[in-house]
Amino acid sequence: MKPAKQKPRYISTGSDWSFSLIEQYEEAIDTIAKDFGLDTYPNQIEIISAEQMMDAYSSSGMPMLYHHWSYGKHFAAIDHSYRRGQMGLAYEIVINSSPCIAYLMEENTMTMQALVMAHACYGHNSFFKGNYLFRTWTEADSIIDYLLFARNYIHRCEQRYGETEVETLLDSCHALMNYGVDRYKRPHPISAEKEALQQQQREDQLQRQVNDLWRTIPGGKSDSENSTPAPFPLEPQENLLYFIEKNAPLLEPWQREVIRIVRKIAQYFYPQRQTQMMNEGWACFWHYTILNEMYDRGLVNDAFILEFLQSHTSVIAQPPFDSPHYSGINPYCLGFAMMTDLRRMCEHPTEEDREWFPDIAGLPWQQTLQFAMRNFKDESFVLQFLSPKVIRDLKLFCAHDDDRLPHIEITAIHNNAGYQRIREQLAGQYNLGDREPNLQVHAIDVRGNRSMHLHHYQYNRKPLGKDTMQVLKHLHHLWGFDIHLLSLQDDEVTESYHYPEIVAADHPQY
Amino acid sequence: MSYLIDRRLNGKNKSTVNRQRFLRRYKKHIKQAVADAINKRSITDIDSGENITIPDRDVKEPIFSHGTGGDRSTIHPGNKEFVPGDQLPRNGSDSQSGRQASDSGEGLDDFIFQISHSEFLDFMFEDLELPNLIKRDLMGSKSFVYRRAGYTTTGTPNQINIVRTLKTANARRIALGGGSRKKLEKLKAELLELHGQLSPDTEKISVLEEKIAAIAKKLKRIPFIDSFDIKYNLSIKQPLPSSKAVMFCIMDVSGSMDQATKELAKRFFILLYLFLQRNYDHTDVVFIRHHTSAKEVDEEEFFYSRETGGTIVSSALKLMKTIMEQRYPVAEWNIYGAQASDGDNWNDDSSTCTTLLQHNILPQLQYFSYIEITNQDPQNLWHQYQLLAQQFPDVFAIQKIADASDIYPVFRQLFARRQS
Repeated sequence: MKPAKQKPRYISTGSDWSFSLIEQYEEAIDTIAKDFGLDTYPNQIEIISAEQMMDAYSSSGMPMLYHHWSYGKHFAAIDHSYRRGQMGLAYEIVINSSPCIAYLMEENTMTMQALVMAHACYGHNSFFKGNYLFRTWTEADSIIDYLLFARNYIHRCEQRYGETEVETLLDSCHALMNYGVDRYKRPHPISAEKEALQQQQREDQLQRQVNDLWRTIPGGKSDSENSTPAPFPLEPQENLLYFIEKNAPLLEPWQREVIRIVRKIAQYFYPQRQTQMMNEGWACFWHYTILNEMYDRGLVNDAFILEFLQSHTSVIAQPPFDSPHYSGINPYCLGFAMMTDLRRMCEHPTEEDREWFPDIAGLPWQQTLQFAMRNFKDESFVLQFLSPKVIRDLKLFCAHDDDRLPHIEITAIHNNAGYQRIREQLAGQYNLGDREPNLQVHAIDVRGNRSMHLHHYQYNRKPLGKDTMQVLKHLHHLWGFDIHLLSLQDDEVTESYHYPEIVAADHPQY
Repeated sequence: MSYLIDRRLNGKNKSTVNRQRFLRRYKKHIKQAVADAINKRSITDIDSGENITIPDRDVKEPIFSHGTGGDRSTIHPGNKEFVPGDQLPRNGSDSQSGRQASDSGEGLDDFIFQISHSEFLDFMFEDLELPNLIKRDLMGSKSFVYRRAGYTTTGTPNQINIVRTLKTANARRIALGGGSRKKLEKLKAELLELHGQLSPDTEKISVLEEKIAAIAKKLKRIPFIDSFDIKYNLSIKQPLPSSKAVMFCIMDVSGSMDQATKELAKRFFILLYLFLQRNYDHTDVVFIRHHTSAKEVDEEEFFYSRETGGTIVSSALKLMKTIMEQRYPVAEWNIYGAQASDGDNWNDDSSTCTTLLQHNILPQLQYFSYIEITNQDPQNLWHQYQLLAQQFPDVFAIQKIADASDIYPVFRQLFARRQS
């Protein structure tokens, strides 16, 4: 039940913003957010110009990152399309840190600033603080310090070993960045001070361990000669960058440290890649709820709310599959639809909801949403909460494309028979392990030519992409010795890649 | 708790370093694009930036990904008429496989971005140099630089040198208090001796103590810092030598030069002008056009007014010599000459030109280039100049241009960095 609209006492009526206005709006949003029970890190709101926004944008939104040509490339591309009016800039960038840094662009109107504050400073911020992935995988307090440490370290390396040397190393690391994450093991929190302190010790230590592995002098007569060495690694390794950092025979200590830096940053972004849809949906839900509440409390006028709704609807627009603008499911749209639907199921449950979601139908909506936000990622969120109503509203359907069949087949649509299948399929689409090829270090030829043998376990017979050889080249650059990659479908090798390429058809079997 | 920070005044070019690295990495591509652009462009917008296009496969950052094929199911929104069991052709425009192919497959799109005017010029003139050393001159220079030049006793508070000041103050305190301090030590020693005696002479002690107190008071009056201790950093203004260049553009406007030929000449002159502008703080341009007689004109008239008549090249060279003598003293100015012609000349005039250049002009010049814009065989003037070019290989160069695409290569040839 919404309270009757209160007597208006607008904070402002024009579209221009000023610092004092932003502060007043922020205060109002803060009050409402607290009323709704949002728990956030402190906010650091920074006003920046469009060009600064492009700067931030091109370096993954981080306020400081080491220098690399690829960020220059992104900047050039963004700059080009922005100048030609092909794209608007992101309204906001928000950084998972404590205090949570959000950028507001000076070109925005007051309405947009309020929208961005509600979206970023309260929506995303509370998500960063609450979601279990962020809580276990990232340290919001120390990321900025760590980035600073990383940038300084890489800068020193550039001075000492040359820019080109560092650049080629970073190129190779970036190619494998998605394979620099521990998917199951909780990593140690990163802290800049400790990093700097431990870095020297680590260098020495690491080098010693590596040397041990590759020791060529026989240790003693007893255990050598005819006994076969233990396989290495004992278990397949999925974190390629970590494996290389610890075991590559020829890397210098500083190179191991650079690999570590890229790995840590990949780790920092890992939760974001797994929760994009939820995160945006959560933030959209809250900016929508908060700004509407402001309207109901008489803090903003009709012009404000209309401008807001116009931006809001364009953000959550979902073009249908046959539209020229279609580029997959809009995470903002799906996320917002699911969050809104959760609230609806709590407040106004139907018979269908009671059947599908007996646990949450009719419960207090704020706690339910908080629970969903805290304990799920995109994949499990869809699997758990995608309701028939959302499927119907978005008219989702499942297309099955098997390259052995001449046709694409529609296997499920938004009807009783299809809900479950659509839900499972869509959840699978958000599963990182499904989206990215599953590659593992299978064996290292420790006593022989030190070559690395990788296995790719195919999922639904999906082959590797065209870039594979390029990536292997980078992997070879890091490892320093031959790379062999076998693509397996049910223990059967369907494709093999070798770098450097083997001329003869046969390759070592093991 | 929230903080609001205005960052707009912070540096906005955080990406500059990254951008430069990107440009450096794709130098080869960009240079090619720049060379193409110069040939394609109209004369008037040689001054603006340029869109650079690089094939996407060259800038791609590879990662492991899935290729096309296999068995996949995807969810799409906006179903209209499909029911389960519908079979769709794979390559139809209404199917979704097209979308997927471009998601994971190789896009054929090129990577396009913009470089600024100054970056454009950097690439345009890269590896080129002016053949002769640049003369620098103090006269008429407008810029100054402040240099440190020791210390002074007067100045403004912001220039106080603290270390120096405290050193002086310390020295002064030592010097002024030296005598008193010695006396004080002596008295203190005496006092100690008195105290050490078995039966101290209290009267003597009190006298000594009074004396000590008086001296201590005196010492205390020495100021810790005095106005004449204060030393200031001295910086003096030094004029920066500035370099000035004048460029003489000489063009034949006789009847045989048509508008298209003049356009070509103009392009060449503009390139040269831009190049000089980058190398000198100040660049003058003198336009001399000639048929049978020569005249100094402004730019507009130089390129667009039409006149007819015969051709006497030496008239222009004579005028150039006069102007050099009157307005551009060799000691101060770097002088460049660029002559464009279709090679036509009054027959016995060519030897006059050679003599004039040989004796009066070339020795004073940094560089003189002659371009002949023609498709035909070279004429008299070319042969004469060829002899001259052998004589002055460092300052004199001749080249032939047939059409617009020759201009930039010829320009690069003229100013290519020489191996020394």
